[in-house]
Amino acid sequence: MVSRSNSSHIGTVFSCTEVLACLYGSVLRVRPDEPDWIARDRFVMSKGHGAAGLYAALALRGFFPRQRLDEFCVDGGTLYGHVTHRGVPGVDVSTGALGHGLALATGLAAGAMRQAAAPPPPPVPPVPRWRVFALLSDGECDEGSTWEAALLAPAWKLSNLTVIIDYNKIQSLGRVDEILPLEPLAAKWKAFGWETREVDGHDIPALLDALDPERWVPTDRPRCIIAHTIKGKGVSFMEDDLLWHYRSPKGEEYDRARAELERPV
Amino acid sequence: MRTAFIRSVMDLASRDPRIVLLTGDLGFAVLDEFRAKHPTQFYNVGVAEQNLAGVAAGLALAGHTVFTYSIGNFPTLRCLEQVRNDICYHNADVKIVTVGGGLAYGSLGVSHFATEDLAILRALPNMTVVAPGDPVEVAQLVPQIVQRKGPVYLRLGRAGEKAMHAPGVEVKLGHLTQARAGSDVLLLTVGGMLPVALEAAELLADEGLDAEVVSVHTLKPLDGEQICALAARFPVVVTCEEHSAIGGLGGAVAEVLLEAGIGPSFRRFALPSDFPRGVGSQEYLRKINALDAPALRGLVLSLTGAAGERGGRSAQSRFAARRSG
Repeated sequence: MVSRSNSSHIGTVFSCTEVLACLYGSVLRVRPDEPDWIARDRFVMSKGHGAAGLYAALALRGFFPRQRLDEFCVDGGTLYGHVTHRGVPGVDVSTGALGHGLALATGLAAGAMRQAAAPPPPPVPPVPRWRVFALLSDGECDEGSTWEAALLAPAWKLSNLTVIIDYNKIQSLGRVDEILPLEPLAAKWKAFGWETREVDGHDIPALLDALDPERWVPTDRPRCIIAHTIKGKGVSFMEDDLLWHYRSPKGEEYDRARAELERPV
Repeated sequence: MRTAFIRSVMDLASRDPRIVLLTGDLGFAVLDEFRAKHPTQFYNVGVAEQNLAGVAAGLALAGHTVFTYSIGNFPTLRCLEQVRNDICYHNADVKIVTVGGGLAYGSLGVSHFATEDLAILRALPNMTVVAPGDPVEVAQLVPQIVQRKGPVYLRLGRAGEKAMHAPGVEVKLGHLTQARAGSDVLLLTVGGMLPVALEAAELLADEGLDAEVVSVHTLKPLDGEQICALAARFPVVVTCEEHSAIGGLGGAVAEVLLEAGIGPSFRRFALPSDFPRGVGSQEYLRKINALDAPALRGLVLSLTGAAGERGGRSAQSRFAARRSG
């Protein structure tokens, strides 16, 4: 997708691939044949520049045919380089400008709580309380708006909300710890009132355990999972290299990347 | 206007539990009754307008009609990108309500003057822009705003404005509402300038000029057809707004008139593109910023002379004929 359309952000897609695979392969309660099912879990891809990864996950989960991935970022295509809800089944919210997703997710989670606490009068049937998951980049933790929502969600006791931080430690112009250090990141989320856990963001069993809210000790707090990841994971020459936030793999690069990714683990 | 809004939204909320009101920690005393009556439909997100807009969009996408409430620039310009991407792009059912339109918070300074909001919000796709001229318009427009699904910007003044319309008047969203019939000059107003225009009309009557005053409470979608039909009947058209001369009512009306080939003598009675001067009451600020009824009278008189020079039976010539007769 990225190579064909000569687009960027492949490194950021590879850092959250396992998270997306776990969400769409196992955790999310969604119905690909009924994308607007009212009780569906809501997923907010706050790091909208990881769109290629989300679209691939949606296609593999059956929301639309895999051939449609060819329409990513090309002339006449239908899949934008940042996540869009317009005409894409399975996408609830559009993103792209950083720092928007957590507020949207907070509103969606509060909406589920309201539905459960004060159901609409008949004939509207009551809706089970859906869950909300939001995937943020580490760069988004620079945005003040992220922390506005981080303050509010615990205050509103949104225990149906899970945030995952894709902590690949590289942002747009360099390393996070050299541009705007986030450490101690887990302590910050804890201090804001979140149940917080750190995991290896490429360890599937660990991710599945962390992403399932029922495997946490029940509280009335939202959950934050800090996923330690590697930008460009899975392709040796892309790993932990800022260049692949921008560069699109071509020719031999593409062949090598593909060979490495298809190698049995 | 504020009081009329709260009354109306309380009434609507009691009939529909999906209506919720979010404030960015403003509305002291104003929102108390709403909160007491509808505690589960009231949220205070704190002093965090980006979050206010984003959370409102999320709640709307979860099936609610969401009102956000704050002062002029805070739930609009402060979080403009959230309004654009989160509310407008998703066509989320969020009604952004502000108090303090124009110079209503006269003593509080430039931070609290909402004088570019109409132009900026008008440019956003899917956004309806409404600025009522008096409490009668507010009371009738709020239920229609709830009926109209999707983003709405509702710009209010403050509390205590007098009713300008007769009690029986029908105010329809997306249409014009006449406040005074006339035949010489057309004064189009948006928001709180309605009383100023009506006062100016009385001053002009003393000069023998009969001004029609029409409230354009719905700035977007603008009823261009009705504006063109009206403007075609008058040699002089003046738009009146407590807002920058750039991009508000004056800009919107000029766009439709020019495209329709209707060319009355036309002026925008508005603030220059500068930060308003002075501190004091709204009335005082209107006076020193040349936005009061005597200033409007002066502008119209200068135009009726100019219209007369263009030839034809202009307002000024009719005025002159009347004086001599």
